[in-house]
Amino acid sequence: MTELTKFTLSEARNALHKGDISSRELTEAHLNAMEDAKELNCFVAVTAEKAMEMADNADAMIKAGNAKGMTGIPIGMKDLYCTKGVHSQTCSHILDGFKPEYESTVSQNLWDDGAVMLGKTNMDEFAMGSSNENSYYGPVKNPWRAAGSDKDTVPGGSSGGSAAAVAADIAIATTGTDTGGSIRQPASFAGLVGLKPTYGRCSRWGMIAFASSLDQAGPLTKTVRDAAIMMESMAGYDPKDSTSINIPVPNYEAALKGDIRGLKVGVPSEYRVDGMPQEIENLWQKGIDWLKDAGAEIVDISLPHTKYALPTYYIVAPAECSSNLARYDGVKYGLRVAGSSLDDMYKKTRAAGFGDEVKRRILIGTYVLSAGYYDAYYLKAQKVRTLIANDFKAAYEKCDVILTPTAPSAAFALGDKVDDPLAMYLNDVFTVPASLAGLPGISVPAGLSAEGLPLGLQLLGQAFGEEQLLNVADVLETAAGFKHKPAKWWGDAS
Amino acid sequence: MSRLYPGATGDWEAVIGLEIHAQVISEAKLFSGAATAFGAEPNTQVSFVCSAQPGMLPVINEECVRQAVRTGLAMGCKINLRSIFDRKNYFYADLPQGYQISQFKDPIVGEGVVTIDLEDGSTKEIGVERLHLEQDAGKSMHDQHPTMTYVDLNRSGVALMEIVSKPDMRTPEEAAAYFKKIRSIVRYAGTCDGNMEQGSMRADVNVSVRRPGEAFGTRTETKNVNSIRYVTQVVESEIRRQIDLIEDGGTVNQETRLFEVATGTTRPMRSKEEAHDYRYFPDPDLLPLEFSQEFVDQLAKEMPELADAKKERFIRDLHITPYNAAVLTAEKENADYFETLLAATVDKTGKPISELGSLVSNWITSDLFGALKKLGKSINESPVSIEHAAELLGLQLDGTISGRIAKDVFDIMLDTGNSPEAIVEEKGLKQVSDTGAIEAMIDEILAENADKVEEYRGGKDKLFGFFVGQVMKKTGGKANPQVVNQLLRPKLDG
Repeated sequence: MTELTKFTLSEARNALHKGDISSRELTEAHLNAMEDAKELNCFVAVTAEKAMEMADNADAMIKAGNAKGMTGIPIGMKDLYCTKGVHSQTCSHILDGFKPEYESTVSQNLWDDGAVMLGKTNMDEFAMGSSNENSYYGPVKNPWRAAGSDKDTVPGGSSGGSAAAVAADIAIATTGTDTGGSIRQPASFAGLVGLKPTYGRCSRWGMIAFASSLDQAGPLTKTVRDAAIMMESMAGYDPKDSTSINIPVPNYEAALKGDIRGLKVGVPSEYRVDGMPQEIENLWQKGIDWLKDAGAEIVDISLPHTKYALPTYYIVAPAECSSNLARYDGVKYGLRVAGSSLDDMYKKTRAAGFGDEVKRRILIGTYVLSAGYYDAYYLKAQKVRTLIANDFKAAYEKCDVILTPTAPSAAFALGDKVDDPLAMYLNDVFTVPASLAGLPGISVPAGLSAEGLPLGLQLLGQAFGEEQLLNVADVLETAAGFKHKPAKWWGDAS
Repeated sequence: MSRLYPGATGDWEAVIGLEIHAQVISEAKLFSGAATAFGAEPNTQVSFVCSAQPGMLPVINEECVRQAVRTGLAMGCKINLRSIFDRKNYFYADLPQGYQISQFKDPIVGEGVVTIDLEDGSTKEIGVERLHLEQDAGKSMHDQHPTMTYVDLNRSGVALMEIVSKPDMRTPEEAAAYFKKIRSIVRYAGTCDGNMEQGSMRADVNVSVRRPGEAFGTRTETKNVNSIRYVTQVVESEIRRQIDLIEDGGTVNQETRLFEVATGTTRPMRSKEEAHDYRYFPDPDLLPLEFSQEFVDQLAKEMPELADAKKERFIRDLHITPYNAAVLTAEKENADYFETLLAATVDKTGKPISELGSLVSNWITSDLFGALKKLGKSINESPVSIEHAAELLGLQLDGTISGRIAKDVFDIMLDTGNSPEAIVEEKGLKQVSDTGAIEAMIDEILAENADKVEEYRGGKDKLFGFFVGQVMKKTGGKANPQVVNQLLRPKLDG
């Protein structure tokens, strides 16, 4: 029954609601696919037993007439979400053995709607990375390979395991988290839809923090419609998160009207960065044409502070992480390496527990917050952040959504950039500005590179403008008609 | 009225400022729902938030905000409608988050002035710089295990108000009076119980010395001083130490010191070189704390009567002396005792309250306070109940006993705890007002002292007192002095 794993979320939902399939068989099929795809290293913990139990409950919900959009849908949860009694370590050594006694709000929302957890997905440690090569549990392999090549590529990051799992049809959908592009860039690398909602749309309670003012939960799915269904379940006000916003969650799927006539799509000149591959440029132009053909008006806009976004991000995010990660000290949970004194224990524990990239960002963050440097770095970065947000405000006077490429390249080869952190950081160049402004963004698969690897286009929306954003994304998706799938090279290749 | 301290090379002036940490009275902690009761078993009042579990987020406890505003209002301070919580970053085993949430640049309460009462009856105004809210840390216990430190997180996250004075104090007495005044204010406002033994209130004492009129000298900060007497000792010993140090050619280091109760002196805790760089920055998990002027006005309206208002009312409505009013209102428990006893005395005697204030206040400030001082007890530990005290005053007011006998009865009450009515009955102390009996006694005395009667009639008026004394002696002090006067004078004047 391998066909069961080909379902999109909305197809599976329809089949489940009609009684054509059960969640039990759907879940089993995906667990089998997971077993078959071990070498992709998408999952760091498998919760097969729990999944079957949840599937049975979902089938009962459906029978009782209480089915919701997510009921019975087998999904993967990024290891960053705290899931009660289950591996929740942000793929870090320092949280060895940590199993929380609580359930994150976002995962709880999904379970309340009857979603089924297959397991926890691999990721860059503490969500710091753009290739999923920074995981304590080893890198994730992208199911996509360049045409005719047997070289592994990265799935992007930090939600790399989540992206690869959906691309390889191991999970119907997965949760990701996006701090500077960690949902959108992997979505682009894996030929998927990845939605980062407005900051405050989803609760961060129970999400292991990287950079509190930027982190947002979101889905990685096969289609825009799937993203709409899953987003509705994940989103919502949570009094336990002071930064979550109390506005009702709309029916996002109902917003997919397929009509964008008269809508103004902004194209920012500053996103034409030096050295951007021609094929990305071409794809962007295609996207512009598709939306124009669908009746949208294309507007040239300017986001003048774009070039400062990346340096600003790499001050703000490390600053917050240096403080957020202070709690991993060997005292309360996770890894402890014994030392001759408290300080010695701290040093040995944190030296052994954190990977290089995490250490690098803690050092950067500690530096930019230090006395004498705070004003020059952190405070300056906060001011620039405001300017970047103001750029968007001004732009949205002229347009409704903004179209850009998602990433400056297709998926690169595993190991290619591990020794060059700056080249790695450049992956975020198109995703970071909206993160700093707290705005929603979505990556939609739009084409293949010359090498046959997927490329995404990014749409950015206005604060809490997810309905409009999804509607445009849906139109873009239809126009692009991206139907490619990675050729199966892993597991039982039958 | 600046006091100078003589040194070998001339006079010195001291400059003193206090940072008082006052634990907020609230059911729950500043950012979590965990309980705050004192004396619970270790680690029984700990939530996921105050043990810094991964992914947990702080949510402000609104009651703590109200308490801070009330305290600010009670100190006559400016209330800031917008304030910001910052993180103060440092590592310690009993600081689970690796940072303390505090307020650095924008505190909830701004400047104000409090008036302190000094021993000589004079007053002085001391500036309050600010009040901010912050979390307490847990407690490290180093004496439970030979090589390990145990940590109790019950206090972790408990709300503290840090009240920072201006460097307006010049003597140990002023510092002690200020500490006492702040304690009185928070107790009146109902925002801190002021219990220093339980650590609800403690002060960091900043002291420097300078030549009169010169710029501030280098200050030292003595941490965690938890009694008014210790504050006096810290200031005294620091002034002496700093003067001696400078006059011997040394310089004062800006350093943190600890008070040693055994010697009554301070010793350095850590030098400035080792001092932390706290890397303060706004807590990205919390939005700025904002409330309306109406919120403040409502709290102001609901404020309990504070010391100064109470004092004025006592003088105006109860006709008690300004001195008594000041003494009674200095500490809330004294004022409470006075008002309770006054009400009980009204009940007992049926006399109007305005006629009783003076008697009751005199009795408390002289008889009761004198007795408590001798016993070394506080008013709440008084061996004489309100009921018995009211009974005693009632007996005096209805003429059953004289004021002098009342003092004897009170002594017996202190010893035995018996009711005054029982004592008067048992010891036969009822005042004699029977004119016949007293008249017979007077006749007897005049006959026995014929010579003195002659002298009196010869113009030696002062002998009147002698005859009164004789009557009192004969009745064992029980004769009603008014009756004696009325009967004696016509007989002597013959």
